[in-house]
Amino acid sequence: MKVLRAIEMNRCIGCFSCMITCAAVNQQDHSIMKSAIRIKTSGGLTGKFIAIVCQACKDDVPCAEACPTGALVKRQAGGVLLDKEKCVGCERCVAACTVDAIYFDLDTKRPIVCKHCGVCARFCPHGCLRLLEEGQ
Amino acid sequence: MLYEKATKVLYIDLATGKIEIKQRTDLAIYLGGVGLASKLLDETMRQELPPLAPEQPMVLAIGAISGIYPLITKTVAMFISPLTGELGESYAGGRLALALSMAGYDAIVIRGKASRPSYIAIDGGNVEIKDARPIWGMDSDVVGQFLRDSEEGSGKRSILRIGPAGEKMVKFASVCVDTYRHFGRLGLGALMGSKLVKAITVTGDKTTEIKNFKEYFRAYQTIFKSVTETDLMAKYHDLGTSINVESISALGALPTKNLTANHFDNAEQISGEAFAEENLVRKLACTGCPVGCIHIGQFRRKFDDGYDYESVSVAYDYELIYSLGALLGISKTDEVLQLIEAVEKTGMDAISAGVALAWATESLIQGIVTEAETLLPLSYGNTENYYQAILYLSARKNAFYQALGEGTRFAGAKFGGEGFALQVAGNEIPGYHTGYANLVGLTVGARHSHLCNAGYAVDQSLKTFDENKAVNTLFDEELERCLLNSLVICLFARKLYTRETVLKALNATGYLLTDDELTTIAKRIYSMKLRLKEKLGFDPRQVELPQRFFKTPSMNGLLESSIVERMINRYAEKCSELLAEKI
Repeated sequence: MKVLRAIEMNRCIGCFSCMITCAAVNQQDHSIMKSAIRIKTSGGLTGKFIAIVCQACKDDVPCAEACPTGALVKRQAGGVLLDKEKCVGCERCVAACTVDAIYFDLDTKRPIVCKHCGVCARFCPHGCLRLLEEGQ
Repeated sequence: MLYEKATKVLYIDLATGKIEIKQRTDLAIYLGGVGLASKLLDETMRQELPPLAPEQPMVLAIGAISGIYPLITKTVAMFISPLTGELGESYAGGRLALALSMAGYDAIVIRGKASRPSYIAIDGGNVEIKDARPIWGMDSDVVGQFLRDSEEGSGKRSILRIGPAGEKMVKFASVCVDTYRHFGRLGLGALMGSKLVKAITVTGDKTTEIKNFKEYFRAYQTIFKSVTETDLMAKYHDLGTSINVESISALGALPTKNLTANHFDNAEQISGEAFAEENLVRKLACTGCPVGCIHIGQFRRKFDDGYDYESVSVAYDYELIYSLGALLGISKTDEVLQLIEAVEKTGMDAISAGVALAWATESLIQGIVTEAETLLPLSYGNTENYYQAILYLSARKNAFYQALGEGTRFAGAKFGGEGFALQVAGNEIPGYHTGYANLVGLTVGARHSHLCNAGYAVDQSLKTFDENKAVNTLFDEELERCLLNSLVICLFARKLYTRETVLKALNATGYLLTDDELTTIAKRIYSMKLRLKEKLGFDPRQVELPQRFFKTPSMNGLLESSIVERMINRYAEKCSELLAEKI
């Protein structure tokens, strides 16, 4: 089982292909607002890029712990999967994530959580994002 | 907007503070981008008034499928150019196209003049005209730093701003978009300055459900692969456009020292390779483009005794190395970057500024102007003086710089020396002296730029020169670019976005157009632009070309003015034929 890692962000050119394809494939939406990964700059474009995305917490998983309905199910390799049926849209997971990597979809009233599918890595032209085997 | 019949246009009147959003259903026949912006300019401009009259509009537009396919990343600005007095058209990349689509607008029309220095903050439907008095006078880069902190939308926001040159209405002042991209040519910065608009921020959080995911994503993947897995875009990413410095010089087509020469002896020292080896620190991309052609060069500058250094990073490209390098006889990469930094912070078009200073240098050498006027002993290769001259130019330091800030054509006419003022129809020339197609292309091109019709490429590709063939190619290319620019596709991707690809991209997102319909749209747009130019008094047959173009050999030898004239006439006939067509 694999997890997504942003390993070479120094090489990021800020093209946002990761966000465009994540939103398209996982949410069938053209807007980067629907992406589970976000590329941000620190201090404008002269600063470095940072990828705000699920860090694949493994044993202690703050977002899953915060979820009152058990809608966030731990993945074996790290991170969580969302059970939409159980989710009540309380946003506690959003607040619980230390790196702010859970986004709240205002249209569906459900969180957008990275499921480590790796589509973003597939469309990253500089290999900044990689889908790696657990522990690799 | 995408999947919708209506075109959403935001109208801002700075004089009254009135904000209006119109959903227009009559604009789809222009597709978007340059077509849409031309139509809106036609509707709102006041041809009887000067370019910087408060009533004049500034129009920004994106295309039907902006931001959802690779390299469909640009925004077009249309206005009356304060530099040439006729059609103003300029393109910028960065994040603006994405920001506009997330804010939910196809186009923005800004009219009137604010009562005090202002900036416009657009956050979706919330549009505010805010106080810019504390940031008036600031350099372009510093304004960006302040607004990044005071406005929302980090990561999905675009910031447009002008520098001091725009405030002083230097006629070739530029608008900086997201630090490294610009609406450079034809003086949009002066227009913003005349309206007392220091900056515009754009953000939003609009979402758009994909109607046919399978078809869309198939098209997206095919285009993405041809960008990243073929060599179509390789040169733009690798060395970037600066790859051409040495080769264009070797061909004898690089305007050097105010085009007193057609090649630069030290071209190797400011080649793409030299920049890459000595200064290149990173590459960046416009939003939605996996190529990453923006090359950032860094240099350090000692500012005090001992070990006190500051470091500066700026974006470089072929055109800048030409205008602030070869044209001024500068042969060190660090020094070219230093001059780029000066035009960046003051907010001027790099090509026009370089050409203006090259003209000033030759005028001084020839005794047409004196050092009492230039205030500096300008001479080819002296970067320190040029750096200072850029600051003087942007500040309109004295009567001489005041005149030079009106453009090189104006200065040439005022002081004498029109013959070596490197401009065509008022716009300072880009870095090619390839031959007839280039010169004719600059004259007849809608914005007098190499980007109108790529005449420089025609000169390099026609093995045996044929006047008529060259004219036809220029015309066809300009026409096709009307289509690409209506979608506002980056022109670096022009070979990638063939008709077939354009149709695939459009069809997959609900625009069921045919090849013939695209041709009709292209013709409709080109006709509209030609009519706009006519209304503003432009006739290509009346353009007076400086003698220098005919005295310094091009890569194809000395040019004859009679041949140029014939070609321009032939082109004008083709335009008349197009205008006579019922579209």
